[in-house]
Amino acid sequence: MLVKRRSREATATGRLSQLAAGVAAKPIDRRSFLRASGLSIGGLAVIATVGSGLTRRVEAAGFTDPAQPIEIKKNMCTHCSVGCSVVAEVQNGVWVGQEPAYNSPINRGTHCAKGASVREVVHGDRRLKYPMKKVGGEWQRISWDQALDEIAAKMGEIRENSGADSVYLLGSAKFSNEGSYLFRKFAAFWGTNNVDHQARICHSTTVAGVANTWGYGAMTNSYNDIRNSKTVIFMGSNAAEAHPVSMQHILTGKETQRANVIVLDPRFTRTAAHATEYIRFRPGTDIAVINGMLYHIFENGWEDTEYLAQRVYGMDQVREVVKAYTPEVVEKIAGVDGDTLKRAAEKFAKERPSTFIWCMGGTQHTVGTANVRAYNILLLATGNVGGQGNGANIFRGHCNVQGATDFGLDVGNLPCYYGLGAGAWQHWSRVWEVPYNYFVSRFDEVPSKGGRDARTSEENMAIPGITSTRWFDAVTMDSEEVDQKDNIKAMLVFGHGGNTVPRMQDARRGMDALDLLVVADPHPTTFAALHSRTDNTYLLPVCTQFECSGSRTASNRSVQWGEKVVDPIFESDNDYAVMYGLSQRLGFADEMFKNFELVQGKFRMEPTPESILREINRGGWSVGYTGQSPERLKAHMANQQHFDLVTLKALPDAPAEIAGDFYGLPWPCWGTPEFRHPGSHILYNTNIPVKEGGGAFRPRFGLERDGETLLAEGSWNPGSEIQDGYPQFTMGVLKELGWDTDLTARERAVIEGIGGGDEEKINGVSWSLDLSGGIQRVAIEHGCVPYGNGKARAVAWNLPDPIPVHREPIYSARPELVAEYPTNDDRRQQRMPNIGKVVQQSAVDRNIAADFPIILTSGRLVEYEGGGEETRSNPWLAELQQDMFVEINPADATARGIVDGDWVWVYGPENESKARVKALVTERVNSGLAFMPFHFAGWFQGEDQRGNYPAGTDPIVLGESVNVITSYGYDPVTGMHEGKVTLCQIAAA
Amino acid sequence: MARMKFLCDADRCIECNACVTACKNEHEVPWGINRRRVVTLNDGLPGERSVSMACMHCTDAPCASVCPVDCFYTTDDAVVLHNKDTCIGCGYCSYACPFGAPQYPQTANFGTRGKMDKCTYCSGGPEPDMSQAEYVKYGSNRLAEGKLPLCAEMCSTKALLAGDGDIIADIYRERVVTRGYGSGAWGWRTAYGETVAV
Repeated sequence: MLVKRRSREATATGRLSQLAAGVAAKPIDRRSFLRASGLSIGGLAVIATVGSGLTRRVEAAGFTDPAQPIEIKKNMCTHCSVGCSVVAEVQNGVWVGQEPAYNSPINRGTHCAKGASVREVVHGDRRLKYPMKKVGGEWQRISWDQALDEIAAKMGEIRENSGADSVYLLGSAKFSNEGSYLFRKFAAFWGTNNVDHQARICHSTTVAGVANTWGYGAMTNSYNDIRNSKTVIFMGSNAAEAHPVSMQHILTGKETQRANVIVLDPRFTRTAAHATEYIRFRPGTDIAVINGMLYHIFENGWEDTEYLAQRVYGMDQVREVVKAYTPEVVEKIAGVDGDTLKRAAEKFAKERPSTFIWCMGGTQHTVGTANVRAYNILLLATGNVGGQGNGANIFRGHCNVQGATDFGLDVGNLPCYYGLGAGAWQHWSRVWEVPYNYFVSRFDEVPSKGGRDARTSEENMAIPGITSTRWFDAVTMDSEEVDQKDNIKAMLVFGHGGNTVPRMQDARRGMDALDLLVVADPHPTTFAALHSRTDNTYLLPVCTQFECSGSRTASNRSVQWGEKVVDPIFESDNDYAVMYGLSQRLGFADEMFKNFELVQGKFRMEPTPESILREINRGGWSVGYTGQSPERLKAHMANQQHFDLVTLKALPDAPAEIAGDFYGLPWPCWGTPEFRHPGSHILYNTNIPVKEGGGAFRPRFGLERDGETLLAEGSWNPGSEIQDGYPQFTMGVLKELGWDTDLTARERAVIEGIGGGDEEKINGVSWSLDLSGGIQRVAIEHGCVPYGNGKARAVAWNLPDPIPVHREPIYSARPELVAEYPTNDDRRQQRMPNIGKVVQQSAVDRNIAADFPIILTSGRLVEYEGGGEETRSNPWLAELQQDMFVEINPADATARGIVDGDWVWVYGPENESKARVKALVTERVNSGLAFMPFHFAGWFQGEDQRGNYPAGTDPIVLGESVNVITSYGYDPVTGMHEGKVTLCQIAAA
Repeated sequence: MARMKFLCDADRCIECNACVTACKNEHEVPWGINRRRVVTLNDGLPGERSVSMACMHCTDAPCASVCPVDCFYTTDDAVVLHNKDTCIGCGYCSYACPFGAPQYPQTANFGTRGKMDKCTYCSGGPEPDMSQAEYVKYGSNRLAEGKLPLCAEMCSTKALLAGDGDIIADIYRERVVTRGYGSGAWGWRTAYGETVAV
């Protein structure tokens, strides 16, 4: 609805049409503009003082000159995983305005506080402006060439003395898909599996839990699809602050479906304020709560027996386990009464379709993987996976954390979840057209250490690296304890905060002890400011995704193409160019980049993201990243208005280039781009044909267990020529079925080439290794899912707890429960020892809970994101949250003489940790619970570290980091840290 | 002629502050001036509700009644604007305004007020439409471009509605009927002397 103020003709493109007719005026020089806009602000005092009458800080900053042409660029918000489109108006190379992206089916024009202020990101005067190094404790400006030369030389030296594994490559969920893939490929060429990113600390336990249940580690449905749900459970998710635009779909669904929205959370969140029911429970007791719900479901026969018989393995064993979780037991553990849980369970089981949403409140625990498994079991028991309006709606964190996970920024995977086995390396060697032995030659041989066997370099290639939650332990710990050639000596940190994992005192010691620290980021981050390093510390200004092109994968697996809005500002450069420059100096650029198109970039040659995506398309068969060619993705972005808001399917009047597609070709998008698979809006959906986006649970754990089949029974997709469960497709299976004759000569030649002429090997070539896509094509033409049609696992026998059972947090507020519900046994994992049980027992023995009587949990604020350096540097956001704080219940505050707004000290149970923050006295937390947001840094235990940042790059708002207080605890499967439960004491400062 | 109004659906508002930063972004509003803000009632308690507030562009605006220099004027679309060249920064309007809309930049020590600044409904001021002079004093003029205020256009949950009063009242009414509840068109009786009957 457009209404004109004056008598001129109203048109939707009023400004554009006027501009087209306008006369080009003298162009504004972007550099001088930036100098004028950004650098004129020195600090808060200056910002607060503006000239009389003028509301704007600079005349030109956001003014759109109607006399000059405007370019419209479309990209995506670089904050959370919802994937909101951003429409940028650019004049003379300056981003002058942001318009609502009404055509996007995901955000329909809307944003949250962060998305509505992203323009500032490329005007920010607090960005890192040029490469810098620390010399004798002082930051010095250097050139890109000097920086890259020195870093490469130092890396070579470390490689020589300590080995390739001594360089840790910490990547980012802020990379594009192409950047993520390139970074993983870089690690492979360098010769280490010590490569990780933020998924470790947000949803690694989700990926492990979900993939171990039904095959793939991703959100099963989409934000839009929640409009179909009749019951929605949020557990450990505060979407109103963490994923605000998702609430548009959820609240509309709640209104139109009159849906139940049940929020289970220790804290009365802003999401809870919009729920139909809020259930409070003690942090860290999710499994008891879920098993308590399952108790009622089985007790009353509310489970979906047909679904269980057809598509689920092992639910009867779960039934036995949850018998122990009686209402009395659950109330004792979690503090939730039986009637409340019974009511919630009944709604979830009966008022279907029901969806279960979780976030870091569920994942960041020592029982993270088990929590996820418990959620999955609840969904399976009620038949709520694989259809419209149901599913595991895992709201992921960063803008491309799904894509970065998919492309293997993970210590245990090559791109697309191929693992680290010889088969995986051989697959990618074929795609990269580099001999397998080249990689063997790049990896370290590991000597026998700490009573463990020595490893050849080929064996070392298959061993998962050290998780990002433990890198600093791997720097400072006795070398015998670190299961690789030597300790970590260097950190290359691309787009990753240094305040994001617990035990920051230890992280600080780790930073101090490194031989080399490189931070490549638009902002200096905590990695530049926390420590007391004086030399061998480099800052590389890498631009944001608004300053380069590339694709990113939203939480719902839709892949969206982002268009460069403006050139990289100041002396910053993009990820692709920096990785190319570094690879050149390390001597493997020619091999690593040989399949890419190289073009002249800002300072040096760089690969085009299109050519990188095409290589991904040639190798990403296992997750269906093969159909999303750059052309198809760009066509989707150009035709966003032609997709349905709820189903995400192209509308009947859509142009031919997107006809039949789901928006963003959510993976799996099988086969080659020419095969034109539409993508899969809903995973494991047996209600539609595979060719139209259907699927089934993936049988990847064998064909039978204890005499029971792991293949689906009596369930298949419409049009399937095999009307029952079936295993994954290989050349051998095609031959058995007589379908191999459908392969084209070219496809057959590729398959035979991979098999190397050996009949047995040829038969073993599977749908995920066939580089021709022929096996996938033929399987789908016959109505079958390439990976097979199996059962989901209620029992995951390969995990420490095959069926989730309650385990107390390491620092438990209920030490009397620890004996009955101890944490998992100590173990070695990802090259490091995990001594959680020793720590837990020690806390009980020392009666820590008496001295630290308040449970501390952490979470997000809507204004900030992640480690927060970027958002705390944005004045439009920083103004809204100027102080780090702790939420404390009025009863606890009164008992301590604390008044709202007072300064308080929060004391943690380890390392004599403490943090000086403001008190926010609120009943949002109950007595005995405190909450702190995790976006702050720049103060350390009362010390203001503003001076540690290079001049002019310090974020506007600084504050204590919650992870100074959070403590030991790691998930036994993924090494996820315990970010949500520790103990603390609070006192007036 | 349209009668422009704002309506915030408090049952949809999640206090995400998109309206606040969208406003900052569109008009480059400096630190310390808040043309729009989100107010939360019963924060952290059952019944918590948030409302996005700015100048409501009242019928018979109280600010205009008390202004000693008569700097306010109402446009044909019923948007209440003011002339910063006339404004003397006396602050009377801030006492008269029931919504706390008027804002004042601090111009010197001892709290000296500058010219008043407030929400323009994204429609500038007395200078020629879409001119740089208008932009510098009042921000961009979206209405002249055929667009609505950016705060409402970017509202994450479509809680904040802007447009012709009859049309947005109809949208709100339909929502209330669909979902079966609604806490009312907050501020309407004060601003417009009427409410949305459902």
